Amino acid sequence: MAKGLPKSFKKALWVYHCNSGSCNGCDIEIIAALCPRYDVERFGIKLVGSPRHADVLLITGPVTRQMEDKVKRIFEQMPDPKAVICVGNCGNTGDVFYESYNLVGPVDNVIPVDVHVIGCPPLPESIIMAVAKEWVKLETLEAKK
Amino acid sequence: MTKKKEITKTTYQLPIGPIHPALKEPVMFEFEIDGERIVDVDVSLGHVHRAIEWAGMRRNSIQILYLAERICGICSISHPIAFARAVEDACDIEVPERAGYLRVIQCELERICSHMLWAGVAAHEIGFDSVLFLTWEMREKVLDLTEYLTGNRITKAIITIGGVRRDITKDQLPKIHETLNYFKDNFEKLRKIFLDDKTFKLRSQDCGILTYDDALKLCAVGPTTRASGVKKDVRVDQAYAAYGDLDIDYITPDVLTGEVNGDVYDRIIVRLLEVKQSIELIEQAITGMPSGDIVSEPKIPKLLNHIKKTAGEGIGRHEAPRGEVIHYVKFDGEHENPYTWKVRASTYNNILPWIPMLKGEQIADIPIVAASTDPCMSCTNRVAIVDQNKKYELDKEQLHKLSVEKTRRLMR
Ligand code: SF4
Repeated sequence: MAKGLPKSFKKALWVYHCNSGSCNGCDIEIIAALCPRYDVERFGIKLVGSPRHADVLLITGPVTRQMEDKVKRIFEQMPDPKAVICVGNCGNTGDVFYESYNLVGPVDNVIPVDVHVIGCPPLPESIIMAVAKEWVKLETLEAKK
Repeated sequence: MTKKKEITKTTYQLPIGPIHPALKEPVMFEFEIDGERIVDVDVSLGHVHRAIEWAGMRRNSIQILYLAERICGICSISHPIAFARAVEDACDIEVPERAGYLRVIQCELERICSHMLWAGVAAHEIGFDSVLFLTWEMREKVLDLTEYLTGNRITKAIITIGGVRRDITKDQLPKIHETLNYFKDNFEKLRKIFLDDKTFKLRSQDCGILTYDDALKLCAVGPTTRASGVKKDVRVDQAYAAYGDLDIDYITPDVLTGEVNGDVYDRIIVRLLEVKQSIELIEQAITGMPSGDIVSEPKIPKLLNHIKKTAGEGIGRHEAPRGEVIHYVKFDGEHENPYTWKVRASTYNNILPWIPMLKGEQIADIPIVAASTDPCMSCTNRVAIVDQNKKYELDKEQLHKLSVEKTRRLMR
């Protein structure tokens, strides 16, 4: 597990997932991480239905022009402290879609990203690893308060 | 005239999406609601438009394979195979026989994977989460096998122009059989849950009906149309790869129940039986597989040179898990990159059937009915029109018109 993570977590981590124009590859891997094989719910990581309940935003896809303001709005709706994980190469760099005229991404251009998960799509293991890293960040932010 | 205030009963609008927990992908519905009943539906697309075809026209055919793979992560074999078939058609490339069999195995594995995924999502939509977990756990078995055979779980990069990139060796067979047997052993369990369970029956029977006529008129494809009794399956109609050698028939719900209702329940039956069919097809393919080459031209520069020198056009059809996908390419004989590349994904055809399916249903039925066609927005959204900041929302008529125009274009 990520360095700096306390042995027992203070809080459960609630995650909101937003698809900003991905190919679905990353999205199904995120769901796979929630399902019995990887079962992240045992760590208290839970997918929630509203950004207003979430600590972490998992964002996939290269942010198409139509999704730009929606992604921004979702980010604004999340309560502080919050963190953003960008899952998949196309959100990180544009990947195979890099030259497209309809992208405002990578995600970095739209909202600040804390952890980049590489892979197209990344393995569920790497996604879980990223969430664990976010935990460290959120716990430090919390401690500073 | 009486002064009595007139009470008008008007309908109201309910927008859902583009980001909504019930939708895994961005799409927007505009419902016209009267009380609890849906009077009218409008669908607006275009949130996932990534200009893939546009980018494709700037790349060579081998590069497009990887782009095609990323049209949709769930159909990551269907699109490359349709594209490869289009190029093979245009450039007269012969696919070796063994490659045809290998393609069948990969395609059917993808179908099992996709249908299992769908079954989970459908269960989730009606609030049956334990079934979601069960089916996704079973799906992991296929993913393991896919990873074992191709090296990757989702984007497999296995199809290439003129064949496949990896062979299946003898020592890999036990693992394939093990997975298939696992599915055979558990099939009865799945069947019981999806077809006999009371909750499923209550929610899916007589709900979201698509009649035979509507399915024909709206050109629905794949399990959506077969569940309405229309016998349409590219694998049978125009057998390609090794499908011609295998024992395969249309799957319609009357195979099991003796009648066709065209409701959500029937769509579940069709998909479930298709999982079984896929298992049988893979077994047949493994037994019947001849030895030989797996790709017609292993040297990629030589292949690209051949494509560069060819002028012509080709169409590639493939029965994806969600229905027929068509790729069209045209080469001008001077450039490596195609002059035109057009994709018609299966969900594109399955969106219009939503309208007759949803009309008259209750709001609560929206998720399961919409999910019952197994929509895949990332495939479909390339057809919406987007011009800088202006967004043209396509309404039904426009969409239909576009669809007709597009068919004409493809026929030319
Ligand atoms: S990173 Fe790759 S798999 Fe993930 S959404 Fe983007 S294109 Fe699809």
